[in-house]
Amino acid sequence: MSDVRISKEEVQHVAYLARLLLTDEEAEAMRQDLDAILEHFQKLQELNTDDVPPTSHPLAITNVFRDDVVGQPMSREEILANAPQRDEECFRVPLIMEEE
Amino acid sequence: MLVEPYELTAHEVCQLLQRKELSARELCDAVLERIEQLDGDIRAYLTVTPDEAREQARRVDERRAAGEELHPLAGVPLAIKDNMCTRGVKTTCASKILANFVPPFDATVVARAREAGLVFLGKTNLDEFAMGSSTENSGFFPTHNPWDKERVPGGSSGGSAAAIAAQEAILALGSDTGGSIRQPASFCGVVGLKPTYGRVSRYGLVAFASSLDQIGPLTKDVRDAALLLNVISGKDPLDATSAEVDVPDFTESLIDDVNGVRIGVVRELFAEGVQDEVRDAVRAAIDVLADAGAQCEEVSLPHALYGLPCYYLIAPSEASSNLARFDGVRYGHRTQERVADHIELYQKTRREGFGAEVKRRILIGTYALSAGYYDAYYLKALKVRTLIKRDFEKAFERFDVLAAPTSPTVAFKLGERLADHLAMKMSDVCTIPVNLAGIPGISVPCGLSREGLPIGLQLMSKLFDEQTLLRVAYTYEQATEWHLRRPEL
Repeated sequence: MSDVRISKEEVQHVAYLARLLLTDEEAEAMRQDLDAILEHFQKLQELNTDDVPPTSHPLAITNVFRDDVVGQPMSREEILANAPQRDEECFRVPLIMEEE
Repeated sequence: MLVEPYELTAHEVCQLLQRKELSARELCDAVLERIEQLDGDIRAYLTVTPDEAREQARRVDERRAAGEELHPLAGVPLAIKDNMCTRGVKTTCASKILANFVPPFDATVVARAREAGLVFLGKTNLDEFAMGSSTENSGFFPTHNPWDKERVPGGSSGGSAAAIAAQEAILALGSDTGGSIRQPASFCGVVGLKPTYGRVSRYGLVAFASSLDQIGPLTKDVRDAALLLNVISGKDPLDATSAEVDVPDFTESLIDDVNGVRIGVVRELFAEGVQDEVRDAVRAAIDVLADAGAQCEEVSLPHALYGLPCYYLIAPSEASSNLARFDGVRYGHRTQERVADHIELYQKTRREGFGAEVKRRILIGTYALSAGYYDAYYLKALKVRTLIKRDFEKAFERFDVLAAPTSPTVAFKLGERLADHLAMKMSDVCTIPVNLAGIPGISVPCGLSREGLPIGLQLMSKLFDEQTLLRVAYTYEQATEWHLRRPEL
């Protein structure tokens, strides 16, 4: 039985969500990879987890706060040092077109 | 000197430095020369920083000459995996998307190492964004295993492991999300320790999977691992997930005694897929511990083998979120192509900057978290994670330490598993459950295959019990000579 678990369209949709651009060929290659991986995940369905709480984090830490005091911020120069494009004060980005 | 300085361990070198029989500068030069001699073939390093290293060494010698009291590790040369931010030194995560990124800050572990006077040799190679098990996913070039250059060093901390094995560094730092310190340590015949989650600050470690990542030492022996662990451990206000736990002097755990220590041998991790030679070497290692007085018995972690699918849902999901920041806006690569809007800016930048495995994992993670699939995949994986965590908790009611192979096989050949992604990931089947539970784990060399390839024994202990872990690892190491074996280079 060949269960296609994910379609090329779904792959392209997920790629869009993740802001990745795939050619048709890349999408097909990814589809095959993802399909195999999704099949591997079916193994988890063997387990009954109805009454099992999820563990998102290995340590039970909650609400790690600090006092709201001003620290030593990074300088503007340090922050802009890796900018692909910059002017004196800011990062420069392509103009974001307004929709009609 | 009868031996070359680069052949020594950190604890041996420290004695010589403190007695002024060796200067930090001489030691630094010796290791840099070794790197120059070998790294054209091994390719452990992405960036070597000889000028900075020599300057740091010079400063240590100056301070020592002036009678200043220095940290015990002052002057010891250190290699740092290239996913930890080093101020003023390129940090690429082995990715084209960060090819020219120079951090304006040090990771906390880097700052602590710098403060202690360690000498920074450079940044080591890894699988891109730490995603991989062989260092073949590096966006630049693969690293070669010093024991057999046609084989992988393991991953993702392959560069650091290879550097230690080839004696291109005295100490090294790596990171471990699913086995990325322990597995390459095993493949390269060195010691690799993943501390308890939260033991070491993740600030400045470029995040892959935030609930799994930990930084740890790769070293020539267990004592060196304990020494380096002392430097990097401790609560950090800059990392909200770092634990409020006291840091003992881990070298006090280096006691050659396991009398009465209860060792659980994990049945599921000796199952199919484990090479005979690996199984035999690891069982022999456990026998050594039994002969030394440990009580060894089989234990079951019933959900251990579900760790792989569980991890390959959780880690990519977290990664898809963590890697969203690489968008070409504030740092890293930005596409030079024309873009119609900001979305195209992100798309083209990321298309150009990320390698195939990174894209694959981002896609899996995005899919698993997306509406309609979140419950079936991500949430399900989190529940299985609970089952795995509970297995360990139950096992630790009866045992102090658990034992298993670090990896089912010895180092495979470069290119061998590139087409078979699942086979590649199988090399992490023994290490992954440890990250899911958050407990500490260590790999120590326990043998060589018939072809002369290293085999690793993995030991695991309770949350924040690195002390028992180190004691058992040290006792095993002192009873054998595997840690003294070196590849012929």
